[in-house]
Amino acid sequence: MLPFPMEKSPMSSPKLDPIQQHSLPSQVVKADEPVLVAAAKAGDESAFETLVGRYERKIFRLTQNITQNREDAEDAMQEAFLKAYEHLGDFEGNSRFYTWLVRIAVNQALMKLRRRRNNVVSLDEEIDTGEDMMPRDVEDWGPSPIERYEQTELSGILNKVIGELDPPFRIVFQLRDIEQLSTEETAEALGLSVPAVKSRLLRARLKLRQRLNQYFRRGANS
Amino acid sequence: MKCREIIRELADYLDEALDPTLRQSIEQHLCKCQDCRIVVDTTKQTIDIFCNSEPAPLPPTTRERLHQALVKRLRRNRPGASPQA
Repeated sequence: MLPFPMEKSPMSSPKLDPIQQHSLPSQVVKADEPVLVAAAKAGDESAFETLVGRYERKIFRLTQNITQNREDAEDAMQEAFLKAYEHLGDFEGNSRFYTWLVRIAVNQALMKLRRRRNNVVSLDEEIDTGEDMMPRDVEDWGPSPIERYEQTELSGILNKVIGELDPPFRIVFQLRDIEQLSTEETAEALGLSVPAVKSRLLRARLKLRQRLNQYFRRGANS
Repeated sequence: MKCREIIRELADYLDEALDPTLRQSIEQHLCKCQDCRIVVDTTKQTIDIFCNSEPAPLPPTTRERLHQALVKRLRRNRPGASPQA
């Protein structure tokens, strides 16, 4: 397994935009993770089970968002945890365990996605959609747009709009903005160049903004 | 700066990955251009909404199958376990 030497640099909110800052990986990953990983490596099964319990939801969301297929997502998640267990001895602690696990899960999910699409999903080509990136529908969302929706309704909206993105955009957004990998980690995990990750991330963010606009613009669900 | 240039730099601007001069030019533009301000704000909200969304609980059958697979695998690793065929 390849280590992830890069650490994500801290971010703060843009000066002109005081809305809530992203949670950083150090906030996502609990402090006892290295202790649990060390115990699991030493043969403590309950420590590994604790790690599984801690991350199973996030890993399942990841494999679901990549594969867009429940059965494939379940298989990919299961295989990811089993592979992580089998290769735990190779994990040297140069990265966060969660980042290492995400990378394994991405590989498993991509294999499922490619198999289902007869191997036509390619992530390593430069994409020129010829599409103008200038945003349409420039409308204010008002304060706290998500509070207008129930939690299950909001989850449904988020799943729908991310599922509508093409895989090269969806997967970069998933790793970079949902799993909080750095640009470099995302590039390494997907075998892409850093400029390719940045380009896809920008397009993915703009496409998602455009799609969410119909739900979150002022007065959208009133 | 033109609006098109703001959009091109948007991802790096939101990630605070721009050099201070370019960042300052963008912020000067944002002070004057309401449309760009809205795009920057709503794009940032888009990221935050996804980033802060909690993953749904695993469906019970999915969790059960995952744990069965793990138990089977852990058992194989225990001292004295018979080798896998």
